[in-house]
Amino acid sequence: MSSINEIASYAKEKAAQLGIKKFDIYGSSVDETSVQVDRGEPKQVKASQRSGVTVRVWNEHNTVGITSTTDVDANGLELALKTAYEASFFGAKEHVPDFSPEAFAPVADIPNEKATQAPVSNLISSLIEVEKQLLEAHPAIKGVPYNGMAQRDIDKFYLNSEGALRNESRSYASIYLYSKTEEEGRKPRSAGAMRINRSVDMLDIDGCLKEAAEKTISHLNYEKVKSGKYCVVFSPEAFLDLLGAFSNLFNAQSILDKQSLSTPESLGNEIASPLLSLYDDALHSGNIAAETFDGEGTPTRRVSLVENGILTGFLHSSGTAKRLNAQPTGHANMGSKVTVGSHFYHVFPGVGAEREYSLDTAENIIYIDDLQALHAGVKALQGSFSLPFDGWMVSNGKWTSIDSATVAGDFLTVLKSIVYVEKEEKVTPGGVCPRIWVDGLSITGD
Amino acid sequence: MTLSTYSSTLLLSQQLPTLQYSPTPARFDETWEAPLATLLGLGRAAGADLIEFFLERVNYISCLAEDDAITSISPRLTTGAGVRVFRGQADCYVSTNDLSFSGLKSALEKGLSILGLQLPAPKAYIPEINLELLRDYATKKGKDTWLASCSSMREMGEILLAANDKLKQTASHVQSRRATYFRDWQEVLVATSDGTFARDIRLTQSVGFNLLCADGANRSSIAERAGTTSDANFLRNWNYETAAENVSESAGKMLYADYVESGTYPIIMANHFGGVIFHEACGHLLETTQIERKTTPFADKKGEKIAHESLTAWDEGRSENAFGTVDMDDEGMPTQRTLLIEKGVLKNFLADRAGSLRTGHPRTGSGRRQNYTFAAASRMRNTYIAPGDYTLEEIFASVDKGIYCKKMGGGSVGATGQFNFGVDEAYLIENGKITKPLKGAILIGEATEIMNKISMCSQDLSLAPGFCGSVSGSIYTTVGQPHIKVDSITVGGR
Repeated sequence: MSSINEIASYAKEKAAQLGIKKFDIYGSSVDETSVQVDRGEPKQVKASQRSGVTVRVWNEHNTVGITSTTDVDANGLELALKTAYEASFFGAKEHVPDFSPEAFAPVADIPNEKATQAPVSNLISSLIEVEKQLLEAHPAIKGVPYNGMAQRDIDKFYLNSEGALRNESRSYASIYLYSKTEEEGRKPRSAGAMRINRSVDMLDIDGCLKEAAEKTISHLNYEKVKSGKYCVVFSPEAFLDLLGAFSNLFNAQSILDKQSLSTPESLGNEIASPLLSLYDDALHSGNIAAETFDGEGTPTRRVSLVENGILTGFLHSSGTAKRLNAQPTGHANMGSKVTVGSHFYHVFPGVGAEREYSLDTAENIIYIDDLQALHAGVKALQGSFSLPFDGWMVSNGKWTSIDSATVAGDFLTVLKSIVYVEKEEKVTPGGVCPRIWVDGLSITGD
Repeated sequence: MTLSTYSSTLLLSQQLPTLQYSPTPARFDETWEAPLATLLGLGRAAGADLIEFFLERVNYISCLAEDDAITSISPRLTTGAGVRVFRGQADCYVSTNDLSFSGLKSALEKGLSILGLQLPAPKAYIPEINLELLRDYATKKGKDTWLASCSSMREMGEILLAANDKLKQTASHVQSRRATYFRDWQEVLVATSDGTFARDIRLTQSVGFNLLCADGANRSSIAERAGTTSDANFLRNWNYETAAENVSESAGKMLYADYVESGTYPIIMANHFGGVIFHEACGHLLETTQIERKTTPFADKKGEKIAHESLTAWDEGRSENAFGTVDMDDEGMPTQRTLLIEKGVLKNFLADRAGSLRTGHPRTGSGRRQNYTFAAASRMRNTYIAPGDYTLEEIFASVDKGIYCKKMGGGSVGATGQFNFGVDEAYLIENGKITKPLKGAILIGEATEIMNKISMCSQDLSLAPGFCGSVSGSIYTTVGQPHIKVDSITVGGR
């Protein structure tokens, strides 16, 4: 990709030629490599070097148009500016976005270095070895149909016609393993694990292997569960998935669009058990893909969303903040219509629990390890969900894998029905969360 | 007889830096033959068994109307290329935004190095790759004018606002109204060292509503989309009045629906998007990608009965203007009509080039991908259950107590063959009659079991547009079926 200074220079020159006085650009370039293996052989190796920018222009009537392009040379930027200018005449006439008031504000000072990319041959040999060990972990494990190791370098930048200019670089690597069992007279079973870190060298490959193997083996002896109401314990990953599916609760743009379970007046309401608190913390040390500024150039930060069950904040772009008389929070994605998205949830205990629970002593608990098909089973605007899951029935410390079953409920009711938030937090690729205990959820099994 | 020598006409590796190619930048035409043939020869000289270049140019635009305003018009312009290198049964894929000769050569070089191959020494001859005469589906079928004939930004806005206004007139308890449209124009060029050289233009468009209604604690959200390929006038001809009435009626009925009681029921699935059940529960499992991963129970079942004898199913790329219709796949192979299941017997799998290489099943023109950043994989096109012999009345009459799944949401199938589907609009069936609306249903089952439980198919086949996500990204597909009866299935609910 052209350098950021070159892009800034091209854009300024071409905008002047086209009579465009106000514009901003958000762009990124990605260099990534990924490998998959199959029974000791590389199955597919992918490498990609790509870049793209989104150009936003304001016309003389102060309406906005945008265009995205992968052609980031002078000609490509000229075409993008022209197309965005044309689109600007059909842009929204109310609540027109503007530059972020924080586009010049300092961003967090976090390590901003790229890792040295490992040779592809190292990725392949590592993954082949891990696949071999996973296949050897138990005779019933017959394959690792989904596996992969990847490394990625990302450069991103934001600039605007008033002179704001910021950029950052990141590297991260990931591994996932998803193994499958086959046994005569038994249903095939599967489970997986994933790890992410700043470089291939830092990946916890052994931990990923161990988790994938243990989970897969633990599902070999499964039983049906009777349909009914249960106390359910969500794994950190499962609860974060559910929270993410209903993130419109905290999304100021969704709230303004009436596409949320919250309204502007919901702030200050008790929406969850006092046992629960929640931040969105882009800069959390566990967030491997941390970003220091958003699509409008606003610095990211930690935002309190729920304190002891009380809704305390929303996620904002500069536009939603202005409309709701708040501060931008660094959650904007640039677009013709600026959207808002979360970065990295951090769930933690709120007020002290009157009673503590333990999976070593509790009876008839459903432990949900992994929720599936969220795209199909979540009705985010209705607040309801009905989802298949992988999990276990836990009684007095004995874990029994559950044959196919679903969990159903209403998310706002789930939040209010939390009976325990464990103290030990787990850092996952998608956020930080302890196990969450919820009473009275519907399970459909046998 | 004297044989002439060709060595003097062959290219030497050391001459590569001096080559000057000037393919047309704004169109993938014959001028791309020379540089691509050279690069393909270079790859072969390095020891690759087969090289494929996929070049893509996209002009995409989306438009969103919320209530009574256009709130977003988003154009996107993309160019990119992918090079796939095969060596034995292994392959690698490298993609780039740089379509210059040196950019494509760098991508090729990277791909070769990943497979342990190197560019030939300076004095090595580069073999000529004789590409076929450009097989240009775009020009042959008059597609070059499509982009200019589509609705302008102004027209998009006007139509979506008129549609949203109609929704305001037909719906009650409205919380928000959205009308969305996108147009995806794509020009592709495929050149392969086996001589394939083909160009196509695809025009995919979709328009639809999202309606959210609320009355106190009761909420309903209904979405409906129409979609097409190959019709520049699609948006102009969209019958938004009827669509608005249908969406409003569904949202009104579902607003006060009770939650479905979980359990095992016979169900009747409506035609049109109801076909997602076959897509998820069986279609994916007939892709050679799944055979390669050993994640399909049907891998060795060709010629065997895998479904109820009432079931025949097709996957094809030819239905006029259907969402999954393509003249050629993303590997340059002409599309075809593939019989998947005939009266319950498995007839064919869907195979791309790599899948064919690794499983032995013949290619079916099913190599598809979202864009240049993905290698093609075996994917569905227009997939549907064929019409059967029953009338709708006969099917309903066969159910004492069950569920009518009128409008399906999305679904997925896992590595063990277990599938699930959300149901957006459902009704209780009692004594063969539809009684009350139900919400919150999700259908769960095993692929191998469900296919034998589809016992009745009606005569009213209808196709619907869909978006399918899998190994080679999100692609446009069609699902379809007549009304069908599933004898029993687990329904998750409350």
